[in-house]
Amino acid sequence: MDSSRRRVLQLLGISALAATTKPVLNAFAKEQQASGAEVIIKEGDKVLKARQWAMVIDTRKLESEADLEPLIEACHKIHNVPELQNKNHEIKWIWGTHFHNAFPGKAAQFLSEEVEHRPFLVLCNHCENPPCVRACPTKATWKRETDGIVFMDFHRCIGCRFCMAACPFGARSFNYRDPRPFIRETNKQFPTRMKGVVEKCNFCAERLAVGQIPACVEVSNGALAFGDLYDPKSEVRELIKTHFTIRRKQTLGTEPSVYYIV
Amino acid sequence: MKSKALIVTGVVIFLLIVLFPFWYMRGKAAPLPEVELTPKAKAAQKCVRSTEYMRAEHMQLLDVWRDSVVRESKRIYVNPEGKEFNMSLSNTCLDCHSNKAEFCDRCHDYASVRPYCWSCHIENPKEKT
Repeated sequence: MDSSRRRVLQLLGISALAATTKPVLNAFAKEQQASGAEVIIKEGDKVLKARQWAMVIDTRKLESEADLEPLIEACHKIHNVPELQNKNHEIKWIWGTHFHNAFPGKAAQFLSEEVEHRPFLVLCNHCENPPCVRACPTKATWKRETDGIVFMDFHRCIGCRFCMAACPFGARSFNYRDPRPFIRETNKQFPTRMKGVVEKCNFCAERLAVGQIPACVEVSNGALAFGDLYDPKSEVRELIKTHFTIRRKQTLGTEPSVYYIV
Repeated sequence: MKSKALIVTGVVIFLLIVLFPFWYMRGKAAPLPEVELTPKAKAAQKCVRSTEYMRAEHMQLLDVWRDSVVRESKRIYVNPEGKEFNMSLSNTCLDCHSNKAEFCDRCHDYASVRPYCWSCHIENPKEKT
Protein backbone atom coordinates (compact mmCIF):
# COMPACT_ATOMS: atom_id res chain seq x y z
CA MET A 1 0.00 0.00 0.00
CA ASP A 2 1.51 3.27 -1.05
CA SER A 3 -0.93 5.51 0.75
CA SER A 4 1.05 8.09 2.52
CA ARG A 5 0.35 9.53 5.92
CA ARG A 6 -0.90 12.68 4.17
CA ARG A 7 -3.39 10.71 2.09
CA VAL A 8 -4.83 9.00 5.16
CA LEU A 9 -5.27 12.32 6.93
CA GLN A 10 -6.98 13.80 3.88
CA LEU A 11 -9.42 10.91 3.70
CA LEU A 12 -10.13 11.13 7.40
CA GLY A 13 -10.77 14.84 7.12
CA ILE A 14 -13.15 14.51 4.20
CA SER A 15 -15.13 11.72 5.80
CA ALA A 16 -15.39 13.68 9.05
CA LEU A 17 -16.70 16.64 7.08
CA ALA A 18 -19.21 14.46 5.23
CA ALA A 19 -20.43 12.91 8.47
CA THR A 20 -20.96 16.23 10.23
CA THR A 21 -22.30 18.48 7.47
CA LYS A 22 -25.44 16.55 6.77
CA PRO A 23 -26.95 16.81 10.27
CA VAL A 24 -26.01 20.49 10.49
CA LEU A 25 -27.59 21.23 7.14
CA ASN A 26 -30.65 19.26 8.15
CA ALA A 27 -30.94 21.23 11.34
CA PHE A 28 -30.72 24.51 9.43
CA ALA A 29 -33.29 23.35 6.91
CA LYS A 30 -35.65 22.38 9.70
CA GLU A 31 -35.21 25.71 11.42
CA GLN A 32 -35.91 27.55 8.19
CA GLN A 33 -39.04 25.53 7.73
CA ALA A 34 -40.18 26.25 11.25
CA SER A 35 -39.58 29.98 11.14
CA GLY A 36 -40.92 30.23 7.63
CA ALA A 37 -44.21 28.65 8.64
CA GLU A 38 -46.46 31.08 6.81
CA VAL A 39 -46.92 33.67 9.51
CA ILE A 40 -48.17 37.08 8.44
CA ILE A 41 -47.73 40.22 10.47
CA LYS A 42 -49.88 43.06 9.27
CA GLU A 43 -51.77 46.21 10.15
CA GLY A 44 -55.38 46.06 11.22
CA ASP A 45 -58.06 46.74 8.62
CA LYS A 46 -59.55 49.69 10.45
CA VAL A 47 -56.33 51.66 10.95
CA LEU A 48 -56.58 55.40 10.21
CA LYS A 49 -53.74 56.75 8.14
CA ALA A 50 -52.30 60.14 7.35
CA ARG A 51 -49.10 61.71 6.14
CA GLN A 52 -49.00 63.91 9.22
CA TRP A 53 -51.68 63.89 11.87
CA ALA A 54 -52.54 67.36 13.08
CA MET A 55 -54.87 68.96 15.56
CA VAL A 56 -56.71 72.27 15.54
CA ILE A 57 -57.80 73.56 18.94
CA ASP A 58 -60.54 76.16 18.90
CA THR A 59 -59.68 77.99 22.10
CA ARG A 60 -62.82 80.12 21.78
CA LYS A 61 -64.85 77.08 22.68
CA LEU A 62 -62.74 76.23 25.72
CA GLU A 63 -63.33 79.20 27.97
CA SER A 64 -62.43 77.95 31.42
CA GLU A 65 -60.47 75.28 33.24
CA ALA A 66 -63.74 73.44 33.70
CA ASP A 67 -64.05 73.10 29.92
CA LEU A 68 -60.60 71.50 29.69
CA GLU A 69 -61.19 69.12 32.57
CA PRO A 70 -63.19 66.43 30.71
CA LEU A 71 -60.66 66.37 27.86
CA ILE A 72 -57.71 65.93 30.20
CA GLU A 73 -59.64 63.39 32.22
CA ALA A 74 -60.51 61.33 29.13
CA CYS A 75 -56.87 61.18 28.06
CA HIS A 76 -55.31 60.53 31.43
CA LYS A 77 -57.85 57.86 32.27
CA ILE A 78 -57.37 55.68 29.20
CA HIS A 79 -53.59 56.05 29.24
CA ASN A 80 -53.11 55.29 32.94
CA VAL A 81 -51.50 58.63 33.63
CA PRO A 82 -50.79 58.87 37.37
CA GLU A 83 -51.80 61.80 39.52
CA LEU A 84 -48.85 62.91 41.60
CA GLN A 85 -49.35 65.80 43.95
CA ASN A 86 -45.70 66.82 43.99
CA LYS A 87 -45.27 69.30 41.12
CA ASN A 88 -41.75 68.04 40.46
CA HIS A 89 -42.98 64.52 39.87
CA GLU A 90 -46.06 65.41 37.87
CA ILE A 91 -46.89 63.37 34.74
CA LYS A 92 -48.75 65.25 32.03
CA TRP A 93 -49.94 64.20 28.61
CA ILE A 94 -52.35 67.04 28.04
CA TRP A 95 -52.97 70.01 30.32
CA GLY A 96 -54.13 73.59 30.50
CA THR A 97 -51.79 76.52 30.78
CA HIS A 98 -51.80 80.30 30.76
CA PHE A 99 -51.50 82.23 27.48
CA HIS A 100 -48.08 83.63 28.38
CA ASN A 101 -46.75 80.15 29.12
CA ALA A 102 -48.22 78.58 26.02
CA PHE A 103 -47.03 81.38 23.75
CA PRO A 104 -44.03 82.96 25.43
CA GLY A 105 -42.03 85.76 23.94
CA LYS A 106 -42.76 89.39 23.40
CA ALA A 107 -46.51 89.76 23.17
CA ALA A 108 -48.27 92.98 22.31
CA GLN A 109 -48.30 95.48 25.11
CA PHE A 110 -52.07 95.37 25.41
CA LEU A 111 -53.94 92.17 24.74
CA SER A 112 -57.51 91.09 24.50
CA GLU A 113 -58.28 90.44 28.12
CA GLU A 114 -60.51 87.57 27.25
CA VAL A 115 -57.77 85.78 25.28
CA GLU A 116 -55.14 86.53 27.87
CA HIS A 117 -57.12 84.86 30.61
CA ARG A 118 -58.35 81.94 28.56
CA PRO A 119 -56.77 78.57 29.48
CA PHE A 120 -54.84 77.00 26.62
CA LEU A 121 -54.87 73.28 26.13
CA VAL A 122 -51.34 72.07 25.44
CA LEU A 123 -49.93 68.68 24.55
CA CYS A 124 -47.12 67.14 22.52
CA ASN A 125 -47.06 69.02 19.22
CA HIS A 126 -45.88 66.02 17.20
CA CYS A 127 -43.49 68.38 15.44
CA GLU A 128 -42.52 67.76 11.87
CA ASN A 129 -38.97 68.51 12.86
CA PRO A 130 -38.85 67.10 16.39
CA PRO A 131 -35.81 68.07 18.47
CA CYS A 132 -36.53 65.36 21.04
CA VAL A 133 -35.98 62.67 18.42
CA ARG A 134 -32.55 63.99 17.61
CA ALA A 135 -31.64 64.07 21.29
CA CYS A 136 -32.59 60.46 22.05
CA PRO A 137 -29.49 58.24 22.23
CA THR A 138 -31.39 54.94 22.00
CA LYS A 139 -34.03 55.71 19.37
CA ALA A 140 -36.65 55.19 22.02
CA THR A 141 -38.49 58.11 20.49
CA TRP A 142 -38.83 58.61 16.78
CA LYS A 143 -41.06 60.13 14.16
CA ARG A 144 -43.31 57.50 12.61
CA GLU A 145 -43.04 57.63 8.85
CA THR A 146 -46.52 56.25 8.41
CA ASP A 147 -48.40 59.07 10.14
CA GLY A 148 -45.98 61.62 11.55
CA ILE A 149 -46.64 60.78 15.19
CA VAL A 150 -43.66 61.33 17.47
CA PHE A 151 -43.80 57.98 19.20
CA MET A 152 -42.23 56.55 22.35
CA ASP A 153 -40.92 53.04 22.85
CA PHE A 154 -41.00 52.67 26.62
CA HIS A 155 -39.11 49.39 26.34
CA ARG A 156 -36.13 51.19 24.94
CA CYS A 157 -36.17 54.37 27.03
CA ILE A 158 -33.23 54.51 29.40
CA GLY A 159 -34.54 57.57 31.22
CA CYS A 160 -31.68 59.92 30.33
CA ARG A 161 -34.15 62.80 29.87
CA PHE A 162 -32.26 64.36 26.96
CA CYS A 163 -35.59 64.53 25.11
CA MET A 164 -37.11 66.50 27.96
CA ALA A 165 -34.29 69.00 27.76
CA ALA A 166 -34.66 69.16 23.99
CA CYS A 167 -38.43 69.63 23.89
CA PRO A 168 -39.23 73.35 23.89
CA PHE A 169 -42.82 72.70 24.91
CA GLY A 170 -42.32 70.75 28.14
CA ALA A 171 -44.49 68.05 26.65
CA ARG A 172 -42.55 65.21 28.22
CA SER A 173 -42.69 63.94 31.78
CA PHE A 174 -40.33 61.67 33.65
CA ASN A 175 -41.40 58.94 36.04
CA TYR A 176 -39.39 59.75 39.12
CA ARG A 177 -41.45 57.23 41.06
CA ASP A 178 -43.29 54.04 40.30
CA PRO A 179 -46.50 55.48 38.83
CA ARG A 180 -48.74 52.51 39.64
CA PRO A 181 -49.88 53.47 43.14
CA PHE A 182 -50.93 56.88 41.82
CA ILE A 183 -53.21 55.72 39.04
CA ARG A 184 -56.72 56.34 40.20
CA GLU A 185 -58.47 53.89 37.91
CA THR A 186 -56.39 51.55 35.80
CA ASN A 187 -57.38 50.95 32.22
CA LYS A 188 -56.57 47.27 31.77
CA GLN A 189 -56.28 47.55 28.02
CA PHE A 190 -53.34 49.93 28.18
CA PRO A 191 -50.01 49.36 29.91
CA THR A 192 -48.74 51.59 32.66
CA ARG A 193 -45.19 52.89 32.76
CA MET A 194 -42.44 52.10 35.21
CA LYS A 195 -40.06 54.19 37.23
CA GLY A 196 -37.31 55.68 35.10
CA VAL A 197 -38.97 56.23 31.74
CA VAL A 198 -40.14 59.35 29.98
CA GLU A 199 -43.69 59.58 28.67
CA LYS A 200 -45.89 61.92 26.68
CA CYS A 201 -48.96 62.15 24.47
CA ASN A 202 -48.99 59.57 21.68
CA PHE A 203 -51.85 61.15 19.67
CA CYS A 204 -53.81 58.04 20.70
CA ALA A 205 -51.90 55.81 18.31
CA GLU A 206 -53.55 52.76 19.90
CA ARG A 207 -56.97 54.21 19.07
CA LEU A 208 -56.03 55.25 15.53
CA ALA A 209 -54.93 51.65 14.97
CA VAL A 210 -58.49 50.49 15.51
CA GLY A 211 -60.17 53.32 13.63
CA GLN A 212 -60.97 55.67 16.49
CA ILE A 213 -60.02 59.33 16.74
CA PRO A 214 -58.06 60.56 19.78
CA ALA A 215 -59.97 60.50 23.05
CA CYS A 216 -59.63 64.23 23.73
CA VAL A 217 -61.04 65.07 20.31
CA GLU A 218 -63.90 62.65 20.81
CA VAL A 219 -65.09 64.28 24.04
CA SER A 220 -64.39 67.88 23.00
CA ASN A 221 -67.80 68.63 21.43
CA GLY A 222 -66.15 70.05 18.34
CA ALA A 223 -63.62 72.26 20.10
CA LEU A 224 -60.84 70.02 18.83
CA ALA A 225 -60.42 68.84 15.25
CA PHE A 226 -58.14 66.08 14.08
CA GLY A 227 -56.98 65.12 10.62
CA ASP A 228 -54.27 64.85 8.01
CA LEU A 229 -52.34 68.07 7.57
CA TYR A 230 -51.42 67.13 4.02
CA ASP A 231 -54.91 66.23 2.89
CA PRO A 232 -56.28 69.51 1.46
CA LYS A 233 -59.80 68.27 2.08
CA SER A 234 -59.32 67.32 5.72
CA GLU A 235 -61.18 69.02 8.53
CA VAL A 236 -58.03 70.49 9.99
CA ARG A 237 -56.97 72.02 6.68
CA GLU A 238 -60.43 73.45 6.22
CA LEU A 239 -60.23 75.10 9.66
CA ILE A 240 -56.71 76.39 9.06
CA LYS A 241 -57.81 77.82 5.72
CA THR A 242 -60.81 79.64 7.13
CA HIS A 243 -59.47 80.81 10.51
CA PHE A 244 -56.43 82.64 11.74
CA THR A 245 -54.37 80.10 13.64
CA ILE A 246 -51.19 80.28 15.68
CA ARG A 247 -48.74 77.60 16.75
CA ARG A 248 -46.49 77.45 19.79
CA LYS A 249 -42.94 78.82 19.45
CA GLN A 250 -43.04 78.86 15.66
CA THR A 251 -39.74 80.69 15.41
CA LEU A 252 -37.88 77.62 16.67
CA GLY A 253 -38.66 75.84 13.44
CA THR A 254 -39.86 72.58 14.94
CA GLU A 255 -43.06 72.85 12.90
CA PRO A 256 -45.66 71.89 15.50
CA SER A 257 -48.72 70.03 14.24
CA VAL A 258 -51.08 71.52 16.81
CA TYR A 259 -52.78 74.72 15.66
CA TYR A 260 -54.70 77.16 17.84
CA ILE A 261 -57.63 79.29 16.76
CA VAL A 262 -57.67 82.33 19.06
CA MET B 1 6.43 16.60 53.09
CA LYS B 2 5.69 17.38 56.68
CA SER B 3 2.58 19.32 55.89
CA LYS B 4 1.01 16.54 53.83
CA ALA B 5 -1.77 15.91 56.33
CA LEU B 6 -2.50 19.60 56.47
CA ILE B 7 -2.73 19.88 52.71
CA VAL B 8 -4.98 16.86 52.38
CA THR B 9 -7.31 18.19 55.08
CA GLY B 10 -7.34 21.53 53.35
CA VAL B 11 -8.19 19.98 50.00
CA VAL B 12 -10.95 17.88 51.53
CA ILE B 13 -12.49 20.91 53.24
CA PHE B 14 -12.18 22.89 50.03
CA LEU B 15 -13.95 20.17 48.03
CA LEU B 16 -16.67 19.87 50.64
CA ILE B 17 -17.37 23.58 50.43
CA VAL B 18 -17.18 23.78 46.66
CA LEU B 19 -19.39 20.75 46.16
CA PHE B 20 -21.79 21.83 48.88
CA PRO B 21 -24.77 22.33 46.52
CA PHE B 22 -24.31 18.83 45.12
CA TRP B 23 -24.08 16.81 48.34
CA TYR B 24 -26.55 18.95 50.21
CA MET B 25 -29.27 18.66 47.59
CA ARG B 26 -28.50 15.08 46.56
CA GLY B 27 -31.63 13.20 45.61
CA LYS B 28 -33.80 16.22 46.21
CA ALA B 29 -34.15 17.66 42.70
CA ALA B 30 -36.85 20.29 42.53
CA PRO B 31 -39.91 18.82 40.82
CA LEU B 32 -40.67 20.02 37.30
CA PRO B 33 -43.22 22.79 37.39
CA GLU B 34 -46.76 21.96 36.35
CA VAL B 35 -48.48 24.76 34.55
CA GLU B 36 -52.21 25.12 34.92
CA LEU B 37 -54.48 26.07 32.07
CA THR B 38 -57.55 28.17 32.62
CA PRO B 39 -60.86 26.72 31.36
CA LYS B 40 -60.73 29.27 28.56
CA ALA B 41 -57.24 28.22 27.50
CA LYS B 42 -58.28 24.57 27.64
CA ALA B 43 -61.34 25.22 25.53
CA ALA B 44 -59.28 27.01 22.91
CA GLN B 45 -57.15 23.84 22.60
CA LYS B 46 -54.47 25.63 20.63
CA CYS B 47 -52.48 28.73 21.39
CA VAL B 48 -51.28 31.18 18.77
CA ARG B 49 -48.86 28.47 17.66
CA SER B 50 -48.40 24.84 18.64
CA THR B 51 -47.74 24.00 22.28
CA GLU B 52 -44.18 22.83 21.57
CA TYR B 53 -43.42 26.01 19.69
CA MET B 54 -44.89 28.20 22.40
CA ARG B 55 -43.05 26.35 25.12
CA ALA B 56 -39.72 26.79 23.43
CA GLU B 57 -40.12 30.05 21.55
CA HIS B 58 -42.67 32.22 23.35
CA MET B 59 -40.03 34.73 24.33
CA GLN B 60 -38.89 35.19 20.75
CA LEU B 61 -42.49 35.39 19.62
CA LEU B 62 -43.24 38.08 22.19
CA ASP B 63 -40.13 39.97 21.17
CA VAL B 64 -41.27 39.97 17.55
CA TRP B 65 -44.73 41.05 18.67
CA ARG B 66 -43.35 43.91 20.67
CA ASP B 67 -41.19 45.22 17.86
CA SER B 68 -43.91 44.82 15.26
CA VAL B 69 -46.50 46.65 17.31
CA VAL B 70 -44.40 49.40 18.80
CA ARG B 71 -41.89 50.11 16.09
CA GLU B 72 -43.70 49.08 12.90
CA SER B 73 -47.29 49.74 14.03
CA LYS B 74 -48.37 46.33 12.77
CA ARG B 75 -50.73 44.84 15.29
CA ILE B 76 -52.22 41.76 13.66
CA TYR B 77 -50.58 38.33 13.73
CA VAL B 78 -51.87 35.68 11.36
CA ASN B 79 -50.75 32.20 12.40
CA PRO B 80 -50.06 29.36 9.91
CA GLU B 81 -53.70 28.26 10.23
CA GLY B 82 -54.83 31.70 9.08
CA LYS B 83 -56.26 32.75 12.42
CA GLU B 84 -55.79 36.41 13.32
CA PHE B 85 -54.60 37.66 16.69
CA ASN B 86 -54.16 41.11 18.13
CA MET B 87 -50.51 41.17 19.21
CA SER B 88 -50.96 42.19 22.81
CA LEU B 89 -49.54 40.59 25.91
CA SER B 90 -52.21 41.88 28.27
CA ASN B 91 -55.17 41.76 25.92
CA THR B 92 -54.47 38.57 23.99
CA CYS B 93 -52.10 36.27 25.91
CA LEU B 94 -53.49 37.04 29.33
CA ASP B 95 -57.04 36.96 28.07
CA CYS B 96 -56.75 33.16 27.98
CA HIS B 97 -53.88 32.72 30.41
CA SER B 98 -55.41 34.92 33.06
CA ASN B 99 -53.71 32.91 35.80
CA LYS B 100 -50.26 34.40 35.70
CA ALA B 101 -49.24 32.89 39.04
CA GLU B 102 -50.02 29.32 37.96
CA PHE B 103 -49.10 29.67 34.32
CA CYS B 104 -46.24 32.11 33.80
CA ASP B 105 -44.63 32.35 37.21
CA ARG B 106 -44.25 28.65 37.95
CA CYS B 107 -41.92 28.03 35.04
CA HIS B 108 -40.20 31.36 35.32
CA ASP B 109 -39.44 30.72 38.97
CA TYR B 110 -38.18 27.22 38.23
CA ALA B 111 -35.94 28.47 35.44
CA SER B 112 -34.98 31.49 37.54
CA VAL B 113 -35.85 34.01 34.88
CA ARG B 114 -37.34 37.30 35.91
CA PRO B 115 -39.01 38.99 32.96
CA TYR B 116 -39.99 42.54 33.85
CA CYS B 117 -42.94 42.67 31.46
CA TRP B 118 -45.25 43.10 34.41
CA SER B 119 -43.82 46.32 35.72
CA CYS B 120 -45.78 47.99 32.92
CA HIS B 121 -48.08 45.44 31.32
CA ILE B 122 -51.14 44.71 33.38
CA GLU B 123 -51.02 41.15 34.62
CA ASN B 124 -54.66 40.73 35.54
CA PRO B 125 -56.62 42.28 32.72
CA LYS B 126 -59.89 40.80 33.92
CA GLU B 127 -59.74 41.48 37.62
CA LYS B 128 -61.18 44.63 39.05
CA THR B 129 -58.82 46.92 40.90
